Amino acid sequence: MNNIMDRRDFIRVVSTTGSGLVLGLYLPYTNKLNGKTKAATIFEPNVWIKVHPDNSVLIMVGKSEMGQGVLTSLPMIIAEEMDLDWSTVKVQQAPADKDKYGSQMTGGSRSIASSWKQLRKAGATAREMMISAAAKEWGVPAGDCTTKASHVIHNMSNRKMSYGSLTEKASQVPIPRRVSLKNPKQFSIIGKNIKRKDTQPKLNGKAQFSMDVQLEGMVYATVVRSPVFGGQLKSFDEASISDIQGVIKIFKIENGLAIVARSIWVAIKAGKRLKITWDKGENDALDSNKIKALLVEKSKKQGAIARKKGNVKKAIKSSDNQVEAVYESPFQAHATMEPMNCTADVQKNKCRIWAATQAPARAQKKAAKITGLPIKKVELNVTYLGGGFGRRSINDFVYDAVEISKVMEKPVKMVWTREEDMQHDYYRPASLHVMKGAIDNENHLTAWTHRVVAPSILFSQLVKMPFPFKEKLDIISVEGAKNIRYDIPNILVDYRMANTPVPVGWWRSVYDSQNAFANECFMDELAEAAGKDPLQFRLELLPKSSRERNVLTLLAEKAGWETFNSGPYYQGLSFHKSFGTYVAQVARVTVKDNTIKVGEIHCAVDCGTVINPSIVDAQISGAIIYGLSAALKSKITVSNGRIDQSNFDDFDVLRMDETPKIHVHLIESDAAPSGVGEPGLPPAAPAVANAVYAATGKRIRRLPITIQDII
Amino acid sequence: MVDNFCKFSSQIMKIFTLNVNGKQHSISVEADAPLLWVLRDELGYTGTKFGCGRGLCGACTVHLDGEATRSCMTTVEFAEDSEITTIEGLSEDGTHPVQQAWFEEDVPQCGYCQSGQIMTAVSFLNRNPNPTEADIDSAMKMNICRCGTYPSIRKAINRAADKQLSADE
Ligand code: FES
Ligand code: FES
Repeated sequence: MNNIMDRRDFIRVVSTTGSGLVLGLYLPYTNKLNGKTKAATIFEPNVWIKVHPDNSVLIMVGKSEMGQGVLTSLPMIIAEEMDLDWSTVKVQQAPADKDKYGSQMTGGSRSIASSWKQLRKAGATAREMMISAAAKEWGVPAGDCTTKASHVIHNMSNRKMSYGSLTEKASQVPIPRRVSLKNPKQFSIIGKNIKRKDTQPKLNGKAQFSMDVQLEGMVYATVVRSPVFGGQLKSFDEASISDIQGVIKIFKIENGLAIVARSIWVAIKAGKRLKITWDKGENDALDSNKIKALLVEKSKKQGAIARKKGNVKKAIKSSDNQVEAVYESPFQAHATMEPMNCTADVQKNKCRIWAATQAPARAQKKAAKITGLPIKKVELNVTYLGGGFGRRSINDFVYDAVEISKVMEKPVKMVWTREEDMQHDYYRPASLHVMKGAIDNENHLTAWTHRVVAPSILFSQLVKMPFPFKEKLDIISVEGAKNIRYDIPNILVDYRMANTPVPVGWWRSVYDSQNAFANECFMDELAEAAGKDPLQFRLELLPKSSRERNVLTLLAEKAGWETFNSGPYYQGLSFHKSFGTYVAQVARVTVKDNTIKVGEIHCAVDCGTVINPSIVDAQISGAIIYGLSAALKSKITVSNGRIDQSNFDDFDVLRMDETPKIHVHLIESDAAPSGVGEPGLPPAAPAVANAVYAATGKRIRRLPITIQDII
Repeated sequence: MVDNFCKFSSQIMKIFTLNVNGKQHSISVEADAPLLWVLRDELGYTGTKFGCGRGLCGACTVHLDGEATRSCMTTVEFAEDSEITTIEGLSEDGTHPVQQAWFEEDVPQCGYCQSGQIMTAVSFLNRNPNPTEADIDSAMKMNICRCGTYPSIRKAINRAADKQLSADE
């Protein structure tokens, strides 16, 4: 097959053996950093549509299913335009194969947003090819044929052929360059509450997570890392575990010490008991107070400018109604339900890996490097992910397994304990936000400044920079700060990098979570200074009939913001746009008997065209709950160069009895779909914090919200 | 580097007979081996999940004589005389009323916690077939779902309870 592609060439017949028609399509991947779409020169399909002769259709998706429903929602789009009988559509997670699936990076709530148009076109193209094949067969004009439920229909002659019976012929028709897409009014799959394809195996124990992989002759391993960041292994005392039977081998790997045993529990027991001496390195004295002091120190000087509009200095000077506040967010762990683990089988001339990863292509590449094998010889199978939330876009746990299997010359299942998982995460960065605002004599907001002070993910994960860092703008760190939606005449947003030895990474909604907390709590402070209702104050700053305004208006109406009669509950409001999606929330909170209880959350969402309302509802609710954990319960702190928390006792997360009633209200829209995995999260903390203020009169400027901060 | 493969293998390995999902299994492991890992890696019942290893999350919940039990905190020795039920043994084909209610509500996201959630819910509903919202919250609060499927779980439990009620009538 000729692999060179031109710009419009995104779908091809990949093969037609006796087993039906296989179409490969290439979906471009939009780079979040520069907003540019990589122009493909090589045809590397990342979604496959296989039409089988029995008229069933298999859709293989090169995106990782981590609970967000991508295995259901992406195929729904194809099925809609192709007019497939949904009940006969099967879906499958594609293994890592850059040649077949291109970049499989899953993250940034982009899976649908970046591929919506192409998926529709692909479905429509395949449909048209089926029509051409049938029209030829019947000797009728293609224009007289229609399709329904995986069949081509010729109404005039009352004839009908299944897609499955047309595969051979369809593969010979030229791929149409132009296809027409359905009018959204005709949609019968998109926009419907269709059940997820992965539900059944997740209810009977059959869904395969990487931890469930069993291989012949497999041994088990765990890894112990230096508890102090940057520490190195000095020695270990084998005699300290001499009473534990079943330990096979203990050896150093790049990231720590591998303990291989005949079962996981023996490996874990040995790992906990083994006397290990670490060279603690230079971070031994690091703690949360020092990190805070660093952030405070950094906050004093102006950083790299992220956005400048008008003249804030002048506006602030000329106002005698100024407000200043500093907001603070801690590090957060991902704590995916499935701790990091991976199964690897490194052999002389090939390597097989089963991994729950959001970045399979990268894992495969590095595994090739570790094993010294060509990339073609590294088979990487993406299993179901027991939660991702950004953690699994960094593959350190995959490399552990590959290294260990290479040494053992055997298949190895490598499992981290929850303690290792929590203490060796890539955390959401701690941050400080210095806010200033000015209100004029007519009670209008005239100036807004926001200084984000935080460790940089960009410059620690993506761009290798020599220490010490120069003042650089990490554009990710100001997401949601630089592009604040309110129409304020004078705006200044800057960023000061404050890196620490604590590893940082992408945590569900990334910096939007901290920036929205600062933005939206401060908006309430300003509303109060202007003597206005928080909703009215915001609406005044949003253009008429804008999507921002519509989402707030719908929220106010659904939640009954104006008529709410407080009783024991008090309400708070927030709005934030992230990942292309507009979200507004009202939280209702009561503070009594030393507890803060969130009773109810209303959430209005504009994510463009809704592919599957129940999946959107679940993603938004899930993101709110994840956000509430960070708003009310969990935080990561540091003492003596190590993380203080280690399991769900000291890093507790939201439980069912603490979960509010959540009402998600979706805006009806024909706009292109935008992300839904993350945008529900950022508004949750500020809505609750604003409600706590309404209930107690105490401003919340630090997360998580504790009762000590209120009384 | 140390290489002491099964250096002590004769010391405390013992034969245990476990009754899992109505089948007898004889296995030779240490008496203090956690039931969780024996079920998963020795017997292949991988539907039971490891989440915390310390009784804090509920991902490893199975039934011992019908009672929801954390298998990470249960030794194989302790489990020997009980009837053990895992998610795989709840029904032949995923049609237990609670599994069905979960299916109807399309509860799982990543799915990792769901075996534990279902096992906890089944034993709770057996004890309390007509629960209030507060009963549900307090029965389920020891099972973490990091994806935040709690609202759907609540609905599914109510659905299962309603069905049970109408079946009893
Ligand atoms: S793994 Fe047993 S309770 Fe968490
Ligand atoms: S469904 Fe993912 S942890 Fe519950």
